[in-house]
Amino acid sequence: MAILGRACLIIALGLAVYGAAASIYGARARKPAWVESGRRAVYAMSGVVTIAFAILIAAFIRSDFSFGVVVDHSSTTTPLFYRATAAWSSQEGSLLLWVFLLSAWSSLILFVLARKGKLREIAPYATAVLCGLGGFFLFCSIFLANPFTTLANPPLEGAGLNPLLRYPSMMIHPPALYSGYTLFTVPFAFAIGALITGRLDASWITSTRRFALAAWFFLGLGILLGARWSYSELGWGGYWAWDPVENASLMPWLVGTAFLHSAMIQEKRGMLKVWNVSLVLAAGVLAVLGTFLVRSGILDSIHAFGASTLGVPFILLIATMAAASIGLVIWRRPSLRSEHRLDSLFSRESIFLLNNLVLVGLCFVVFWGTFFPLISEAVTGDKASVGPPWFDRYTVPLALILVLLSGIGPVIAWRRATVSKLARYLAIPLAVGVAVPLVLLGLGVSYHLEALLMFGIGAFALTVVAQEFVRGAGARRAMTGDPPPAALLALVRRNRRRYGGYVVHAGMAVLFIGVAASSTFHHQRDVRLSPGQTTKVGGYDVRYQKATFNVANDHRNTGALISLGAVLDVSKGGKHVATLNPSRGYYPDLSQGPVSRFYQGESTSEVGLQAGLRRDLWTAVEPDTSRIDRLAAEADRKFPDASPRLSLFIAGTLAAGYARNPPPATFRVIDSPLVTWIWLGGLIVVAGALIALWPVGLRARRTAPVGYGARVARELGRA
Amino acid sequence: MDPSRKRKIRLVVALAAAVVLASALVYTSFSASSEAKSPSQLVAGAQPGQSYELTGKVAHGSVRREGGALLFRVQDRADTTSVPVRYVGAVPDPFREGREVIVDVRKQGPMFVGEKDSLVTKCPSKFKAAHST
Repeated sequence: MAILGRACLIIALGLAVYGAAASIYGARARKPAWVESGRRAVYAMSGVVTIAFAILIAAFIRSDFSFGVVVDHSSTTTPLFYRATAAWSSQEGSLLLWVFLLSAWSSLILFVLARKGKLREIAPYATAVLCGLGGFFLFCSIFLANPFTTLANPPLEGAGLNPLLRYPSMMIHPPALYSGYTLFTVPFAFAIGALITGRLDASWITSTRRFALAAWFFLGLGILLGARWSYSELGWGGYWAWDPVENASLMPWLVGTAFLHSAMIQEKRGMLKVWNVSLVLAAGVLAVLGTFLVRSGILDSIHAFGASTLGVPFILLIATMAAASIGLVIWRRPSLRSEHRLDSLFSRESIFLLNNLVLVGLCFVVFWGTFFPLISEAVTGDKASVGPPWFDRYTVPLALILVLLSGIGPVIAWRRATVSKLARYLAIPLAVGVAVPLVLLGLGVSYHLEALLMFGIGAFALTVVAQEFVRGAGARRAMTGDPPPAALLALVRRNRRRYGGYVVHAGMAVLFIGVAASSTFHHQRDVRLSPGQTTKVGGYDVRYQKATFNVANDHRNTGALISLGAVLDVSKGGKHVATLNPSRGYYPDLSQGPVSRFYQGESTSEVGLQAGLRRDLWTAVEPDTSRIDRLAAEADRKFPDASPRLSLFIAGTLAAGYARNPPPATFRVIDSPLVTWIWLGGLIVVAGALIALWPVGLRARRTAPVGYGARVARELGRA
Repeated sequence: MDPSRKRKIRLVVALAAAVVLASALVYTSFSASSEAKSPSQLVAGAQPGQSYELTGKVAHGSVRREGGALLFRVQDRADTTSVPVRYVGAVPDPFREGREVIVDVRKQGPMFVGEKDSLVTKCPSKFKAAHST
């Protein structure tokens, strides 16, 4: 099968080269048959890559150890669900996933445009760019990180999927992130096509907008799932650490967010053309840069994360993309002039512009901090890095401004706003925004300026969104006489993009309130406790009741044979609040002795979590296994040839001994308010994005009856 | 004021603001950063009380627990030079002997004392198992 996979990759590379050449030739020689042939080559590439990807996944599921990557990243003891996902835990597999998603999304956009007969002039060049990117990744797949490398003497067992990756998100998080990255290359390709052909009106933006939105959606979903993963699995209780890998995904997302806003200005007013095209190009370059950061280990020097052969080709690709982008924008500058001028600084355009500057500023801060080790080495000769406090210093104020603008943007008028009208729209939200922090202070929340500001501004933005829905539904109701829920539904269906956007704003406000509360007001303790001892965290008493153990009872189905844990009793003022069961799962390491292998392998925390709307109680335990390790080593010496069953029995007995007479264990206990708001806000954002993305049905697309717009305007004016 | 002049002033103000912010960014990043040092660099010249970002591998057979503290030695990647570290705080799950770590340390006597919760090991998405064939 491996040979078939390899053949597929080579054919796909041939198709990519052909597709690029045929499209360009067809466009230049004005031969539509060649253009069409180039497009079909993309479909064929997508089909062939899908076969290759399916072969790889099948090899993982079947545990075919003639594949080198399967040996390195999977094993027969890895549960089926995780074998199916192990493909993208490897460098080789994740590159193939990238090409697979890129060719699938490319085919989709080209198919949609061809069917609608849109962007006929731009599409061939975009096809060539997409083929070029696909070709690059296929080249890397074939020559630098081939997933179909076979072993002459396949071993009987593989290394297994890293235990830390055995978490349900493994199925969605990487494909979502990669979908985001690859989808951002679609608007990138069309921007390049628009620049080459000089067709720089808003049509390329309109036609690829859905893809930009989808890219933003998937990347955001991936980031959110990653945050949730690190919160509940990685054992330190944080959801964001300004790690280069996290930052890599945040940068294109921020620029994408800016583009989704400024694109509206170009569609509505024909302004900001240079800016828009630059944002799209930057998002595309940053998406590839993100993949590069995650996959190449360029920030090795500091974070020392595995070397790779992909560095130089990637740098060449990124440099080419950036140079071509900049060159094309400069070349086409005369055609990128705005059709209008900014009429007034007091208008929706200027609020959007400000929002764009803040987002791009945020992206720059993240970029600078992420690449600082390289910058500092270039300037001073010493590698140095900046930590989370540096990032927070800049991102916190910028985030505050951003949420504030998200409240003003939707209600301020295009072109030229008037103070009196804006004041009328903002009176209630402003009152709520001022009242919330004051009430919170009155209720005894301690004074932290930044957090209180975020609560106030978040409440302000939420009120604006609520007011917009009430106003819109009211106007509709006055017109049609629908009951309120039906009016609300009809309102959203008539203008999914607008109201979907409002829902996203609400979700982001909720999310930021959660971030502000949980990062400012959390209490954390790392403490060593013996059974019966109690520690105080926040207002809670946490008592270590007893130690627990589990042998060959893998209820989370992650492949951990043995786990040691604790029962924690949480109470407040003498009243029982919760019972938590944090534990630690131990994964066998077959290179160790027959008994100690059960404890010497990887181990991961299973968090004991009591989540609530108001606060999360988060606990993790690190059992002291030094006694077990000593006894296991002794058992290794006594029973060097023990059968697997006997050695598991001995290891299990040691675990039981631990639980019967437990040594003190180290606990981390975190009492963190409003963490759930982050996930809730994220879900609201996802829902809003889906509302905006959902294909418009026939009924909703029917033009509104004559006079509808005028009547709505009248109602809105009165409201 | 005529509109083009007004626009020019706006542009200058905006650019000046951007330059000021960017310089603040650059200045603070250099002043707030901590230098990455390898164990042999620290052995060669570490000032007591000064903070360093220590990077290297956890030496084999060096990990011990003492009360609530974790004791281990960090070794050069290429060399065998190592320095002793005493650390209190959260230990990431992937922390193992032989793994690469980063920890903020301060020299105290012969020991390097890790700052609380500063210990970082590599992200799990970067693992590559040693070839077992």
